[in-house]
Amino acid sequence: MLKREQLKDDYLEHRLIKRRLIFSAVVAVVLLSLVVGRLYVLQVVEYDHFVTLSDSNRIRLKVLPPTRGLIFDRHGVVMADNLPAYRLEIVREQVDDLDATLQRLRQYVEFDDQDLKRFEQASRRRRPFESVPLKLNLTDEEVARLAVNLHDFEGVEINARLTRNYPLGAHAVHALGYVSRIDERDLSEVNEIEYSGTTHIGKVGVEKYYEKELHGKVGFQQVEVNANGRTLRVLSETPPVQGNNLYLTIDSRLQRVAEQAFGDWNGAAVAIDPNNGEVLALVSMPVFDPNLFVNGISYKNYADLRDSPDRPLFNRALSGQYPPGSTSKPFYALAGLELNAIAADKKVFCPGYYQLPNEPRKYRDWKKQGHGHMDLNDAITQSCDVYFYKLAYELTIDRMSAFMKQFGFGRKTGIDSTGERSGLMPSREWKRGAEGMPWFPGETLITGIGQGALLVTPLQLADSTAALASWGTRFQPRLVRAIEKVPGYEKVEMTSKISGRYEVVKPENWQHIHDAMVNVVHGLRGTAHRIARGLDYKVAGKTGTAQVFEVAQDEEYDAEEVHEKLRDHALFMAYAPADAPRIAVAVIVENGGHGSSVAAPIARLIMDAYLLEDT
Amino acid sequence: MNQTLEFDSASVSRRIMDALRLDPVLLSLLLILAAFGTMVLYSASGADQAAMIRQTTRILVAMLLLIATANLPLRVIRMISVWLYLAGIALLVAVIMFGEVGKGAQRWLDLGIIRFQPSEILKLAVPMVIAAYLSDRVLPIGFKDLVVSTVLVLIPVVLIARQPDLGTAILVGSAGFFVLFLAGVRWKIIIATAVSLAAATPLLWKFVLHDYQRNRILTLLDPESDPLGSGYHIIQSKIAIGSGGVFGKGWLNGTQSQLDFIPERSTDFIFSVFGEEFGFLGSVILILLYLAIIYRGLYIAAHAEDNFGRLLAGALSLTFFVYLFVNTGMVAGILPVVGVPLPLVSYGGTSMVTLMVGFGLIMSIRSAKRFLV
Repeated sequence: MLKREQLKDDYLEHRLIKRRLIFSAVVAVVLLSLVVGRLYVLQVVEYDHFVTLSDSNRIRLKVLPPTRGLIFDRHGVVMADNLPAYRLEIVREQVDDLDATLQRLRQYVEFDDQDLKRFEQASRRRRPFESVPLKLNLTDEEVARLAVNLHDFEGVEINARLTRNYPLGAHAVHALGYVSRIDERDLSEVNEIEYSGTTHIGKVGVEKYYEKELHGKVGFQQVEVNANGRTLRVLSETPPVQGNNLYLTIDSRLQRVAEQAFGDWNGAAVAIDPNNGEVLALVSMPVFDPNLFVNGISYKNYADLRDSPDRPLFNRALSGQYPPGSTSKPFYALAGLELNAIAADKKVFCPGYYQLPNEPRKYRDWKKQGHGHMDLNDAITQSCDVYFYKLAYELTIDRMSAFMKQFGFGRKTGIDSTGERSGLMPSREWKRGAEGMPWFPGETLITGIGQGALLVTPLQLADSTAALASWGTRFQPRLVRAIEKVPGYEKVEMTSKISGRYEVVKPENWQHIHDAMVNVVHGLRGTAHRIARGLDYKVAGKTGTAQVFEVAQDEEYDAEEVHEKLRDHALFMAYAPADAPRIAVAVIVENGGHGSSVAAPIARLIMDAYLLEDT
Repeated sequence: MNQTLEFDSASVSRRIMDALRLDPVLLSLLLILAAFGTMVLYSASGADQAAMIRQTTRILVAMLLLIATANLPLRVIRMISVWLYLAGIALLVAVIMFGEVGKGAQRWLDLGIIRFQPSEILKLAVPMVIAAYLSDRVLPIGFKDLVVSTVLVLIPVVLIARQPDLGTAILVGSAGFFVLFLAGVRWKIIIATAVSLAAATPLLWKFVLHDYQRNRILTLLDPESDPLGSGYHIIQSKIAIGSGGVFGKGWLNGTQSQLDFIPERSTDFIFSVFGEEFGFLGSVILILLYLAIIYRGLYIAAHAEDNFGRLLAGALSLTFFVYLFVNTGMVAGILPVVGVPLPLVSYGGTSMVTLMVGFGLIMSIRSAKRFLV
């Protein structure tokens, strides 16, 4: 501190502090007078009002859970609604001895440890005098038995509450998802107050993805109750607001046709409108009944579903990852044309195998004796492997990988549902990162016929097919077409989002691919020629066969089932009508053998159902 | 022992007080308040004797600590200020790294034997360190000292607010700023700061406050908009207080409080139990009692020996006022819901100990100047 600064003068400083202390004291009195004034208003002026609230009382707050929004298909067919179901509920404050009451209740109604655990969980987050469900979905018999004896049970109630119901049962379950009992983990993700009366929450699929829209807003009632807790009258009410209704892009009739087309096969099919990305059908077989989950699935039922070798709970359409096999060929062909690696009319001789320069190993064609001289159209139509081995060799993995990513390979489509996986488009960097190994030239060839590490989900394949159909434009696939805002019932259409657009260098390159894919179905030597019979419209398609045994799928097979489970997967992708596509389909039949014999007929049934009966 | 024997009992107690270096006026007021508080707590806890015994034990322990603190010479207190402050900051950082999470906020430090909140230490350490820093500077406080002190206050406040514990952050911050205010920060600066804070409110609102904090403020403006969430507390608290009327329903007779309607009724919302059972009259008497304690503290501050004592005693007394104002304001529904207990009445140990040690400091300040009445 500088010398010329004033010296400390205790008298002046003391006076300063004193003045500030007095000022503070005055402010303190003023502020506390505000509090006292407020108390005066509450306790003297508005005394009558509050004493009424308090005395006549007891005023209690009742939570009114909102009704979950409905879900319709694109034509207004109900896919999810709410039905009243009877529940056994308990108000903890009104039960003297909970254990004894539970013991006595067992005479009339069965409940297991799981029910008790959920009851305990729900009890922890209730507010005073709120009833907590002990058992959902009482049978008529149980209701009758209990109702007669209810007078013996103070604090026990039977209440009819709206409960989620899926009228179509197992149909479209993988498109729709389901709700189930809310648990602590769900609660940590939502606003607990909004869910204070809610017992169910979307667990998977659209039901989960659109939980916010579907749930609605909680309401409440101030009610006056007597000494026993019975409601005397409602003082004020803020009604709950019903959740918004959803209109799916799914056509439930088409969905049903597609599911039935699978017969006993396992697999998946996705149909997309290439003009806007709307998912018309999303099938994963086998299916299961989502209604089982609503009222708390029994442990045995759940174990059966979970442990079934057919894995019905697994949503193959979004989460299943399969090698695309030959269905990848049209994309590679386009890449070859665009990058000048091939010319459409230049022929390649196929002797039935391909060899890398200076390597003895023979990469076999699926047709042992070979296809002979093949141009691009022949190679796609007859699915010649050698042509594509050579193409892959010339393209190199780097260019293949970069090109395929533009069609969505190796990336999530961003569909509005849960559980989507990204598939895998291998590259040098990926292999070094994932396996710490360099890329081998042979792997380029295998990738070039859609095998090896390359994996797609059925949704991805449908999405990429739609991109071929629309000549390069990819719309983000979506399951919800419109949201009906409640109240007001104003229908808000969802807009299509373009997730990628491939600008072609030469427009005729599209034409080559398109013509070849039409030839796959309508050409005499086309691999899917057998579905052309009786076809009223033109289809562009491509078959595929995915070898299972070479591929590391994250599935473990039972030893007994090895044979069936090691059979090839059959694939088919198509769009139709070929010249003005309205539907793009991808079908994968697990262990179905060749794409032409199993997968293509399923795709045809789907396209027939959509194109012929739609109007 | 060459003192003459006095048989006058008043002067005997005076001698005992002097020997223990205690202030009889402040001590009696605190004891009356503690007794009052225990009574209300008994009612609020639903006549829970175990809770009563625990609370009484806490009061006794806190009283012993008060006496111990009052017997620390003022220069020792001044000397340890810096170390206490540094230790407090270190512990706050430790809480962020190893602390236990309770009710969604990270505040507790588990030392094996006891769990405690380091933020409590700073309620005392912050005014102590600022008062010590400023005590040998020239007052009114200069610009450089103001900047240094402000930084010293803001470090712990930010750490505590991030836990998040808004209530304690407010208390620690106000304790520090009261020292600065008493040290004579120019009105120009005070007004400029107030104006720029007001201007920055929209930014604070948007970027600093947590969702739940925003909700609480919105709820204050219209409690009926959120009767299931924080509005529930305010509505129920207002019903309880309002139905108390002028004379109250009588001890143990508050229907609202006895019927579980008031949440946190033995901690932060205990004043609504009091308001219901003792009415407007009782509430005014309670507030006057608090006011008397605050005024006694300010009186000791005004007459203290040196600037350290003046600033510290003044800031501690004013912080006590902030406790009272924030808590009663919240319960009466004129301030948002912030976790600040009703001092010396709410159930709970940590704030009780801190407050009593604070009064111990004030008494030590008083003893440094013997002739004070």
